[in-house]
Amino acid sequence: MSAVLLESRRSAAAAAVPNYRRRRMLNEAAALALGAVLIVWTLVPIYSMVMVSLESHNNVFSSNIWPAHPSAYSYWVVITEGYWYLENFWHQFGNSLYIGAMTVFFTLAIGSLASFSISRMRIRHGWLLTNAALLTYVIPASFLAIPFYRIMQAYGLSNNLWSVIAAEVTFATPYAIFIFQQYGRSIPIELDEAARIDGATPLQVYFRIYLPMMAPALVAVGTYALLLAWNEYLYQFLLLSNTRSMTVPVALAQFLNSDESPWNYMMATAVVYAIPPVVIYYMVRGRMTAGLTMGGVKG
Amino acid sequence: MASVSVIEAGRRVVGRPSRLRAWRGGLQGSEFTWAIAFCIPYVAVFLAFVVFPVAYGVWLGHEPRLYAELFSDPIYQQTVVNTLLYLAIGVNVKLFFALLLSGFFMRRGWWVKGLLMIFVLPWAVPALPTFISIHWMLNGQWGLINNVLWDLFHIDGPGWLDTSRWLALGCVIIAYIWKNMPFWTVILLAGRMAIPQELYEAAEVDGATGLRRFLHVSFPLLANLYVVCTLLSTIFTLGDFNTVYFVSGGGPALTTHVLATLGIRDAFEIAKPQLGVAAVMSALPLLIPLVLLLMRKLRTSEVQL
Repeated sequence: MSAVLLESRRSAAAAAVPNYRRRRMLNEAAALALGAVLIVWTLVPIYSMVMVSLESHNNVFSSNIWPAHPSAYSYWVVITEGYWYLENFWHQFGNSLYIGAMTVFFTLAIGSLASFSISRMRIRHGWLLTNAALLTYVIPASFLAIPFYRIMQAYGLSNNLWSVIAAEVTFATPYAIFIFQQYGRSIPIELDEAARIDGATPLQVYFRIYLPMMAPALVAVGTYALLLAWNEYLYQFLLLSNTRSMTVPVALAQFLNSDESPWNYMMATAVVYAIPPVVIYYMVRGRMTAGLTMGGVKG
Repeated sequence: MASVSVIEAGRRVVGRPSRLRAWRGGLQGSEFTWAIAFCIPYVAVFLAFVVFPVAYGVWLGHEPRLYAELFSDPIYQQTVVNTLLYLAIGVNVKLFFALLLSGFFMRRGWWVKGLLMIFVLPWAVPALPTFISIHWMLNGQWGLINNVLWDLFHIDGPGWLDTSRWLALGCVIIAYIWKNMPFWTVILLAGRMAIPQELYEAAEVDGATGLRRFLHVSFPLLANLYVVCTLLSTIFTLGDFNTVYFVSGGGPALTTHVLATLGIRDAFEIAKPQLGVAAVMSALPLLIPLVLLLMRKLRTSEVQL
């Protein structure tokens, strides 16, 4: 419908019908109405989350549609780890950060080395690796969770952050290879040739030419990997079960097991957990083309 | 995600000078060793964490008796129906609205730009907090939805998630659309922006306006991208665990599970990992054709843009 609105708006200008001014205003009004609907649709679940986090425990179980006595007490509880589910909150936050950072590093390193070898050095049968990446990309991660869990158990890596890092790197690298190969096409191969003639080794070409030229793609893929690792739940839930090794999303979901359900604390935790990725998302979004950064997370 | 490739799929130029290489005449001596060494980390990850788990999974789920047990289970039968509905309705409704909204976001004006920033928020926020919030919103007694219904219309809303299977499944699908529509809107928006303005001007000269302009200019040029989006989105949605797990939790009475959540439940809640693997494997007859179709589409798609 909106598409049609758009088209008709443009055409109205060209056709110059007598009542074109009125039609344009109607059109603008319809667009504004649609915009209002979109805002409500988008913000309601987020509003609900913030509202509950600002309420006191008793007021959560009421029929309020806005907080009766808004207070930031729940956030204070989260920050000071003042509730028994939150005892290790900052430690868990650190775990999430650590997993995110390691995932970024290994995804970028493994992905860029492989793409350099495939598309710049043109290793024979490199297309096999590209296809392997594509194949991994279309395997739903949740389908692989059961065997992955059992293998990690067999390796004795349960409750070890590295088991999660391995999983996140596995699912982020195909996207990295994908993007690096696409982006790499815009870098002239003559640069590599010139360096070769001057006697640079492959390692030097990789560090001095390939990586600097790929900087925008590295930032995009790094952001993707960071958000993937921060937002992912299933593998972290299966592989990390004790409170010291847990990450924030696993700890957050733990609240659901509780009978007394402190929903206000839970939602405050949820907001604190959601803020870093949202900030990063908007920061990076502005600087690059939409396609590259809208990466997000594979379910 | 595959956004870049999806858009590139429309633009890729065949027959670029692909034999250009810095390492002319093939790699020699130590260079070859370097090239192999650069690939080793990825090959190791692929073998250890993709090939090995896949093979192990196939081995776990290879016994035919598992499938006999699975297919005779009424919960599984419901799950298959749910999965198909979830895919058919969720993916298509989401993409259809995304297509229309991408047209809306082509409008000029500052407030449309601002609106787009807000509109992508569901995608920017991690899945878990929002789904937990939606779960609470739909609570029959204390949830925001029923509170609003009561305040505005004095209607007692139903228990959205715990009374009927179809109501709960509907809520899950709406939550899914809410979460994923922004991403695909932006992809299709990028696709629309790639359409040269001259085409519209030419169409205008020929008198194509409004709906006809959309049908004869925009849509044919977006059709390929739209199909690729549908395939990709179906594959991702098939593996979607979080939405069902956190919004309905498979309830009421295990009637709203999809294959991804049922597999995890079988494996970890009732401790039958082989059955769980079998449940997931039973999605392969759907997954494999989709993947093959997608590969073909990505390879052969030379839309004239």
